[in-house]
Amino acid sequence: MDLEWMAWTAPTAGFFVVIVLLLAAYTVWGIRSPSLPRRGLLPMATTRGDRLFVGLMGSAFIHLAWVGLTDASVSTALVLSLLFMLFIARWG
Amino acid sequence: MNKPTNQRAWLLVLPVLVAVAFSAIIPLMTVVNYSVQDILGPEQRVFVGTEWFRKVLRDPELHGALRRQLGFSLAVLALEIPLGVALALVLPKEGRAASVCLVLLGLPLLIPFNVVGTIWQIFARGDIGLFGVVINALGVEYNYTSNALDAWLTVLLMDVWHWTPLVALLCYAGLRAIPEAYYQAARIDGASAWATFRFIQLPRLRGVLTIAVLLRFMDSFMIYTEPFVLTGGGPGNATTFLSQYLTRLAVGQFDLGPAAAFSLVYFLVILLLSYIFYTAMTASTSTTGSKEAR
Repeated sequence: MDLEWMAWTAPTAGFFVVIVLLLAAYTVWGIRSPSLPRRGLLPMATTRGDRLFVGLMGSAFIHLAWVGLTDASVSTALVLSLLFMLFIARWG
Repeated sequence: MNKPTNQRAWLLVLPVLVAVAFSAIIPLMTVVNYSVQDILGPEQRVFVGTEWFRKVLRDPELHGALRRQLGFSLAVLALEIPLGVALALVLPKEGRAASVCLVLLGLPLLIPFNVVGTIWQIFARGDIGLFGVVINALGVEYNYTSNALDAWLTVLLMDVWHWTPLVALLCYAGLRAIPEAYYQAARIDGASAWATFRFIQLPRLRGVLTIAVLLRFMDSFMIYTEPFVLTGGGPGNATTFLSQYLTRLAVGQFDLGPAAAFSLVYFLVILLLSYIFYTAMTASTSTTGSKEAR
């Protein structure tokens, strides 16, 4: 199947592969060990999947803020995002 | 105690996911790919990393459009939700009058968006339009083609006219679903009309109000056709909202890379605000539900 029209690049392909792997891993995890909603630092009860969603959305905004406000490399934003996702997954 | 959720039910949603993948996810992935490249031609592309995001996020025109958009969407919610609830409360409950009112109320929803814009373009004109002529006759200087505030208020009024019926119809359906026993209990307790509304009708409307708020927020945040036809985004940029700015970028200037980056920022803002609205409203529903259960 020719996917040339989608204008793929290596970084965007890597990005989507990571997202798909994350979703697949969380699905398998969810089937094997269903999660109960719990309250952490976030102001609502969240399941494991909710925290992944909040973590991914927060990461997107961390990157946007980084790109919009600084001229520094986005790799720092990537590290901050990973830390944020881990923080939300554990304590969110 | 909460029971663990059975995640296997998600497999049943698979056909829908496949349909959504073809209609939404694959195009969205293409937009992500475009957002990091300079598209010179169908076969000529250059990887530019985050350059387009940097450009659009520092664009003062985008900041202006975003401010106007947020102001517009909040004004739409502040007007249409209470007005829709009020209309639903005063509508006849049954009989021929109820049918007639429902049909009349639903009429604006049947009119295509571009026709709504054209109707208001004529209706609000100061020389031949009924609304414009009446406002001017009352001694208020009104001209939506040259005055930014008039243009903004006209677009807002048009949206309220077009979409309040949707909120009213949703609330009407919600009100009709409340069992009569609740009203009987309220009458026995001698509850006032306000107390009945506050403690019976409003809590029971939370579900439909969540849907109404989300629909109206997302729809008003993506508004394009009506203001485009009515004011063309003017005077100046007074009624240029995000989608109009995006169209100018993508179709007018054919800047596909920056337009794709802007689309993603736009998408993320809608996603974030919708998630906040949804979480806030469903959280308050579950709080009310648990209080009622006690």
